[in-house]
Amino acid sequence: MKRVGTGVLVAMLLALPAWVWNPYHLHILIMAGIFAVLALSLNLLLGYTGQLSLGHAAFFGIGAYASALLTLRLDWPVWTGFAAATVLAGLAGYGVGKVSLKLRGAYFVLVTISFAGVTYLVSLNWMELTNGPLGLPGVPAPMLTIPGVVRLSFVSKAAYYYLVLAVAAASYALCHRLVHSRIGRAFVALRENEALAESVGVNGTRYLVLAAVVSAALAGAAGSLYAHYTRFVSPEVFLFMYTVTMAIMVVAGGKGTLAGPVVGAVLFTVLPEALRELTSWQWQMVLYGVLLLLIVFFLPKGIVPTFASWIREWRGAS
Amino acid sequence: MGRLETLLQHLLNGLILGGTYALLGIGLTLIFGIMSVVNFAHGEFYALGAYGAYLFLALLGANFFVALLGAIALGVALGAICERVLLRPLRGESIETTMLVMIAVWIAMQNTELLVWGGVAKSIDHPFPQAPVVLGPVSVAPLRLFVLGAALALVVGSHLLIQRTRLGKAMRATFQDRETAALMGVEIHRIHTVTFAFGSGLAAAAGALLGPVFVVYPSMGDLAALKAFCVVILGGLGNLAGATFGGLILGVAEELGAGYISSGYRDAVGFIIIILVLLLRPSGLFARVERIG
Repeated sequence: MKRVGTGVLVAMLLALPAWVWNPYHLHILIMAGIFAVLALSLNLLLGYTGQLSLGHAAFFGIGAYASALLTLRLDWPVWTGFAAATVLAGLAGYGVGKVSLKLRGAYFVLVTISFAGVTYLVSLNWMELTNGPLGLPGVPAPMLTIPGVVRLSFVSKAAYYYLVLAVAAASYALCHRLVHSRIGRAFVALRENEALAESVGVNGTRYLVLAAVVSAALAGAAGSLYAHYTRFVSPEVFLFMYTVTMAIMVVAGGKGTLAGPVVGAVLFTVLPEALRELTSWQWQMVLYGVLLLLIVFFLPKGIVPTFASWIREWRGAS
Repeated sequence: MGRLETLLQHLLNGLILGGTYALLGIGLTLIFGIMSVVNFAHGEFYALGAYGAYLFLALLGANFFVALLGAIALGVALGAICERVLLRPLRGESIETTMLVMIAVWIAMQNTELLVWGGVAKSIDHPFPQAPVVLGPVSVAPLRLFVLGAALALVVGSHLLIQRTRLGKAMRATFQDRETAALMGVEIHRIHTVTFAFGSGLAAAAGALLGPVFVVYPSMGDLAALKAFCVVILGGLGNLAGATFGGLILGVAEELGAGYISSGYRDAVGFIIIILVLLLRPSGLFARVERIG
């Protein structure tokens, strides 16, 4: 039953551009895919190890800038830039994690916010490297060249949709493998009761830093995808708003689950756009805040776990 | 201006700014310390104070000082409502839940301000003369002297409230050991509401005082909130004297950094302080080393 369902879902996703031909809708789906990768990455830290990192936009931005700069200034092919962005963001995650995972709770949150704040200010002021607030325009789109066979440029939205789908699926698969392994169980043990986990031999710092590295690397990959899609990178990628959006997606979707962040990403990418059709921009954000309040109050576990328990109850009753 | 005069001028500017940072910090350290709430909306109460002053002055034509008091009252009232309606039902929840609620309040408040007042910055008129007062080697605008005086008065008032009144004693008891305080007859619900209202009122005061100095715009609270957190971390959680000195230190550090290093990275000073203090001395610079048992 589950396999059939998954198969149908995969088929639908693959065939999507055939019946969604409106470029605006495809754009929304692409952004949803990028945010799905981001939400999955934040979920590793927030949902599985229980550390609320509110500086995640920093890794997103580092990935975006690294990819953009390497392909613009050094003429690297986009695929190499993508790989490098992922690695660089992962290294940043290692550095930040090693240093800040001595702290817990609200202090960890504040340190991560501060790192993101500093990266924002650096990207704004270090004109020689990042071109400051003017940003980096003209970031190249990915090109797949097999000499003599095919020369495919991922400029069209449909093509980019498949690229994002592939990366999102790979991220999901990676998180799935990680979470269902010994490492994943260590994460959950640390989240539930760190002292107890350490007493049975789970090295807290090592696993938390590992989570930080993978999480940051995924965020960097998302940043690279973003840079080569919008083809313009500016310090705005470091804005706290992106981190808040990611956090909302993870928590509202269901932290600690794998489907939750994806559902949250799709929902909270589509929702602002849908609200934009209905009301003006300022009301949209106010409603956003109110919606977050309602979800925290009435669906504290998130959408996916709540629905899952409803389905279980319904199945149990009948 | 000679080197010494420049330094003194920077120090004075830093102290003036630092006084208002101390107000922000005291409010937040009480909220963070007594209620364990990471109040991301603290900056929004700061902005509320500024917009409140604007409202009373520009639209209702009130006297400048009445407008200031009105803005503070608005902050206190809204803080009390916020605590009663949003935070009290979530009393036992995890810290992430309360953090997200405060983030939601932050989003809602800031965008409501954007909706109501628009994004164009507003300026607040003040009755003080424009000509700077010259005090030996330094000069300062009369408005800024008033800000410094008012901020210091509020800081001293807060200290007196916490140290010399029964309410303050109850707040200190709740901070030290909530269960025992409850057993001793302290109404924890009431203390929480009072703490949040008081902290928000102080933030609104800071906003109302700085509103005429700078301009008023919807996102002015964001940086204020981060600086408030910086002050709390510098001074140590729940440490009022620490928050006071922390605020002054941050103000002076920012001024010196902006003056001597680079004004673009001015706001980075707060972030860097947070990072350094949390990594090197997490209990804050002023925490008394108390050993219990």
